[in-house]
Amino acid sequence: MMKTAKKTYHDGAVSGTKRVVDVLLSVLLALLSVAWMYPVLLILLNSLKLETAISTTSVFELPLGDKFVGLDNYIHGVTKMNFLSSFAYSAVITITSVLLILLCCSMCGWYITRVNSAISKAMYLLCVFSMVVPFQMVMFTLSKTADTLRLNTPFNICIVYLGFGAGLAVFMFTGFMKSVPVAIEEAAMIDGCNPVQIFFKVVFPILKPTMITTAILETMWVWNDYLLPTLVLDIKHYRTIPMAIQYFRGSYGRVEMGPMMACIMITVIPIIIMYLACQKYIIDGVIAGAVKG
Amino acid sequence: MEKAIKKYWPVFLLPTLAAFFIGFIFPFLWGIYLSFHKFTTVSKTAFVGLSNYAKVFADPTFVDAFWFTAAFTVVSTILINVIAFVLALALTRGVKGTNIYRTVFFLPNLIGGIVLGYIWQILLNGILTNLGLPLLALDARYGFWGLIILMCWQQIGYMMVIYISGLQNVPGDLLEAASIDGATSMQTLFKVKIPMVMPSVTICTFLTLTNSFKLFDQNLSLTGGEPAKASQMLALNIYDTVFDRAGAVWKGVGQAKAVVFFLLVVAIALIQLFFTRRKEVQQ
Repeated sequence: MMKTAKKTYHDGAVSGTKRVVDVLLSVLLALLSVAWMYPVLLILLNSLKLETAISTTSVFELPLGDKFVGLDNYIHGVTKMNFLSSFAYSAVITITSVLLILLCCSMCGWYITRVNSAISKAMYLLCVFSMVVPFQMVMFTLSKTADTLRLNTPFNICIVYLGFGAGLAVFMFTGFMKSVPVAIEEAAMIDGCNPVQIFFKVVFPILKPTMITTAILETMWVWNDYLLPTLVLDIKHYRTIPMAIQYFRGSYGRVEMGPMMACIMITVIPIIIMYLACQKYIIDGVIAGAVKG
Repeated sequence: MEKAIKKYWPVFLLPTLAAFFIGFIFPFLWGIYLSFHKFTTVSKTAFVGLSNYAKVFADPTFVDAFWFTAAFTVVSTILINVIAFVLALALTRGVKGTNIYRTVFFLPNLIGGIVLGYIWQILLNGILTNLGLPLLALDARYGFWGLIILMCWQQIGYMMVIYISGLQNVPGDLLEAASIDGATSMQTLFKVKIPMVMPSVTICTFLTLTNSFKLFDQNLSLTGGEPAKASQMLALNIYDTVFDRAGAVWKGVGQAKAVVFFLLVVAIALIQLFFTRRKEVQQ
């Protein structure tokens, strides 16, 4: 795709002026990229500073000399805030929720496309509808419901996520299933497969690209979600990463900036590593998700 | 075949349907019910008719939050889409290092709203102090522009990626035909490329509009509504009313605010889709 675009541009433009424009553009883009990364770099530099050396006036100074404390803030932040357990809770919640969403919603999406009934149509419309509804509309009643049903631990909050995240996932899966011909599934049925076997042996492998897209979109949502776990989980026992960062601010009279920035970095670095490792999937997933949505 | 699958509905449909009921349908309907009631705990409710709704529109913090949100949504939607589109044009010219730039611009999107808010709070407060200006939390104007900058940083990469994919899908023969006909690059842009990427424009404006209007995390962490609720957006105002405001009336009023908020979001989504869908060309 990239190649064809390149070719036509070269054919169309006068190459001399184009080259000058391209050089200028490269310089501009490079500067902009540096500016784009600067906020994260600033936090990184400040997270290495001595607590007393951090203030709003000195935030742009480099951590040099006796201001440099190495990883002290990191150690302090992690131990004091019990940050590792937050990390573990976030991981458990994200993994269980995304897996559950993928499994249940792919089955549901397949059912909706293959069975043409009033329930299927109603379910589909409800899913589309649920994507528009802001979380504030249900936040109070959802937290009460989750408490009553004891869905308030990191190990079963995934059911709440399945409920609130089903809309997007079902929508993605039905969108894809509509373009898959029914003939293969019929052949499997004639060969004596029951619907469960058909789904797991025939349909499931076909759905793989949509699975990846949906997994990425749902992971980005669940991992970074703040309000839902805050309202559903018991904050005294369980804190996800966004909750822990917010708790830094809310709980003490004076905020310890050093450990806080260290915790921000501990949150951001894995995201950057994950992103660099599966960049292609993430960007393609976002495009595919947007085109369907 | 259809009949055979239909019999298996408890396997395929029931888990999602049950969770969907718990996580969405039931809380949604209950929320509407509660918006007509006065309550402090959900077991003791008293029907009060439309009086909660009357209080919503009489609450100056809600009205202020509405205008703040509206202004924020308009400014951020325009800025994000224009800058994202310009960047997408720059990155489809085949300049060296395109992929690196794309990677960098997209990155902030993966960082969660709470963390983003604190990163920018530290940076912006640093800049403001060094310029001798008041902190973010002391002046709602700075809070407003701080939120705009934050939102641009987070969303531009995402929208840019969608625009790039739209631009790459403009058929090469169309651009060739335009250049043979002697179209200038400006004419090609406005007469060929922009009409051809209208579906992307629809998606991106839809996403930026709804994201900006529903913004919560970033608002909470960057300004927290300070000073004196002057930088509160609607979502934060609703949260504040339901959970933080003392007094028996406010929970019901908060739920009524949520219903109003929901209706506003639906209205915006429908109006926006109606207008931009008309501008799309058939490919």
